[in-house]
Amino acid sequence: MASAGKIQRLGRGLKGKMSLRATHRDAGPVTVVDLSGRITLGDGSALLRKTIRGLLEDQRKKILLNLADVDYIDSSGIGELVSGFTAVKNQGGDLKLLQLTKKVRDLLQITKLYTVFDVFTDESSAIRSFN
Amino acid sequence: MAPETKHLEITLETQVESVNLAEEMCLRVAEAAGFGEDDCYRIGMSVREGVINAFHYGNQERPDRKIHLALDITPEKMIIHVLDEGTGFTLADVPDPLAEENLLSTSGRGIFLMRAFMDEFDVVQGRNGGAEIVMSKKLPEPGSSSPNGERGQDTAPRQGA
Repeated sequence: MASAGKIQRLGRGLKGKMSLRATHRDAGPVTVVDLSGRITLGDGSALLRKTIRGLLEDQRKKILLNLADVDYIDSSGIGELVSGFTAVKNQGGDLKLLQLTKKVRDLLQITKLYTVFDVFTDESSAIRSFN
Repeated sequence: MAPETKHLEITLETQVESVNLAEEMCLRVAEAAGFGEDDCYRIGMSVREGVINAFHYGNQERPDRKIHLALDITPEKMIIHVLDEGTGFTLADVPDPLAEENLLSTSGRGIFLMRAFMDEFDVVQGRNGGAEIVMSKKLPEPGSSSPNGERGQDTAPRQGA
């Protein structure tokens, strides 16, 4: 049985690793959201939701999620990507993905979502595709 | 339990932090057991999904309920048990997340991912009536693993679960 002290040490070691960071910048009518970290149950999924909903409230409906620095997504994160995609589509916009890491690409492929999202490796091409 | 089997168990609170804690603990055990980076990722993700399932669906996010996680390392494989205090469920009743009508569902992929990432996967009725997820991964052959996962393996899991 793991001791309480050991568990606390494990918990402390997770704090930095688990967080997601999101910043966004405008590229003409397209908003590029640069994400880094893990999109997982809890804060990561919540931040992604808040970011996309905030952009929609500001009438920014052409959204490109840059996942180059996202090395981990769990089922909750996948659900949040789908939720964001649907929310943007429902408002007449478009949400696309840029620069998937191998693990994220593999996840989207086995869940058959790779064919649902428009996925790009080059930012310029991705931005042009919104026109 | 066979004498050469190593056993570890922990009772977790029904809270989001338990998901990260369980993942981290199992990752350390998997690394110590000799799994490479790719398999550690698969095991960590599966444990994560198992505990999310217990947290959300089994225990209904009720803090008065617990999540019981147990690990066994036998000479052949690492076996993981995740037991909740809910009312249980039947695998056959879980919708297929790959079905066209479910592709844009915002949930329901956890079971699929565990099946895809692990060698064996099942859900049985636990001792308290809740659902008990039992899954295992075969230990790497001696000399076939490296700490960096450089075994020529792809990180893509098995499909068709």
